[in-house]
Amino acid sequence: MSARLTPPNLQLNEQGKLKHFLTLEGLKQHHLVEILDTAESFINPHNPNDIKKVPLLRGKTIMNLFFEPSTRTRTTFEIAEKRLSADVVNLNISASATKKGESLLDTMWNLEAMQADMFVIRHAESGAAHFFAQHVAPHVHVLNAGDGQHAHPTQAMLDMFTIRKLKGDIYDLKVAIVGDILHSRVARSQIQALSLMEAREIRVIGPKTLIPPFPESLGVHVYHDMETGLDDVDVIIMLRLQNERMQGALLPSEREYFNLYGLTEKRLAYAKPDAIVMHPGPINRGVEIDSAVADGPQSVILQQVTFGIAVRMAVMSIIMSNAAQLAQSQTTDDTEERPA
Amino acid sequence: MTQTFNFDINQLLDELAEKIRRHPRFNHQIKLIGIRTGGEWIAQGLHQRLGLENPLGVLDISFYRDDFSKIGLNPAVQPSSIPWSVDDESIFLVDDVLYTGRTTRAAMNEIFDYGRPAAITLVALVDRKGARELPIQPDICALQMQCHQTLKLTGPEPLTMTLLEDDSIPMAETP
Repeated sequence: MSARLTPPNLQLNEQGKLKHFLTLEGLKQHHLVEILDTAESFINPHNPNDIKKVPLLRGKTIMNLFFEPSTRTRTTFEIAEKRLSADVVNLNISASATKKGESLLDTMWNLEAMQADMFVIRHAESGAAHFFAQHVAPHVHVLNAGDGQHAHPTQAMLDMFTIRKLKGDIYDLKVAIVGDILHSRVARSQIQALSLMEAREIRVIGPKTLIPPFPESLGVHVYHDMETGLDDVDVIIMLRLQNERMQGALLPSEREYFNLYGLTEKRLAYAKPDAIVMHPGPINRGVEIDSAVADGPQSVILQQVTFGIAVRMAVMSIIMSNAAQLAQSQTTDDTEERPA
Repeated sequence: MTQTFNFDINQLLDELAEKIRRHPRFNHQIKLIGIRTGGEWIAQGLHQRLGLENPLGVLDISFYRDDFSKIGLNPAVQPSSIPWSVDDESIFLVDDVLYTGRTTRAAMNEIFDYGRPAAITLVALVDRKGARELPIQPDICALQMQCHQTLKLTGPEPLTMTLLEDDSIPMAETP
């Protein structure tokens, strides 16, 4: 949990602005606020489910490299890229050259030679996106779409966006993250984002076996039972039980987990009456969340997915914008008048 | 030597509104769109004066600028707000100063991403001549001036427009 996989400046350029987006670690609040504000501008103010296509990244090529299965993240990234008018290439990694023995770096350099401007990477190994970022050409950008148990920064940002949009200033809110904190890159990034946004209180709720050691170092309050943990919170974030990442018997059974930590209407009643229920997906009905809650009026799970498009558009356009501004500042010609 | 000249913005808006009213495409169902920021202020003033039925639309053309790859994104970008369908509507597009024509080009591209308007009529408070880079001309404007003269518009309350510098006096009105 404490392993620092990313040197603080790798994802920032000389002007201190985002060059890659690998983790929330080492970022400042203003970086996050810029993402949230920019995402807001992609959403139709008269219909929050409407995100319009804009010509911002026309002529840019974005390659989605998913070494690990994903539906939501991959699809919303692809939609976001298309809404920015970028050219999108999806690589089916399992059927590609890595199977034939090509190294990751050779694959990457070949893709660079195909004029990639940005890589979006999902990988089962922690630090994979960081590894890419260390080796890409200077004009190529890397976005982390989830690496091992390390980070999933765009998911955390879309969660921050959802909270801010539906509940207002994060500064005033008590947020509980429930479930498998230990294996969750989402939880890790969410905790970092909530800390950067100075949430009033961050709680994690789960069995001792699924809470990382030394949770105090994360600045969170730990609860092992739902009733006290959910008391008076504004936001509940449920996590999926990640059976595929568990080694050995951390849990007796899914049924017992649901009995102890599943979010039911009865337990939801401990939170504030207007609390929202979030989940990064995919949800396991009857394991961590009851269908009545997942489909209930306080659930914002599907809004999160839609907002994910706008947030990913924001991150990609900010990164390309920062690159443009940096290049401009490095040319001596500053006689250009503000056009239009 | 730098001179300044303060315009009577209310009088200019009155004139502009009157010219719009006399335009053959004008009726009370037209849809008015202002281009953020200055054009929005002008459009607000016109919307009031014209007594239009439909709410004002506002475009933020930051995502449509042709210089993104040079100067990046405007950090103050806000969502465009077009509260009605543009399809088959007669749109009056309002900007404060028409200069290179690039803003108008961006705005028209954005409008067409919302749908297919019946017509777009271009309204500019000021037609700043001599530096047009695209074949775009205003249909309606209140003032014409030369490009060596610089204008400063501040707003929204109070809305003021000041001519900065040079020796010339604001020029003749459009016919």
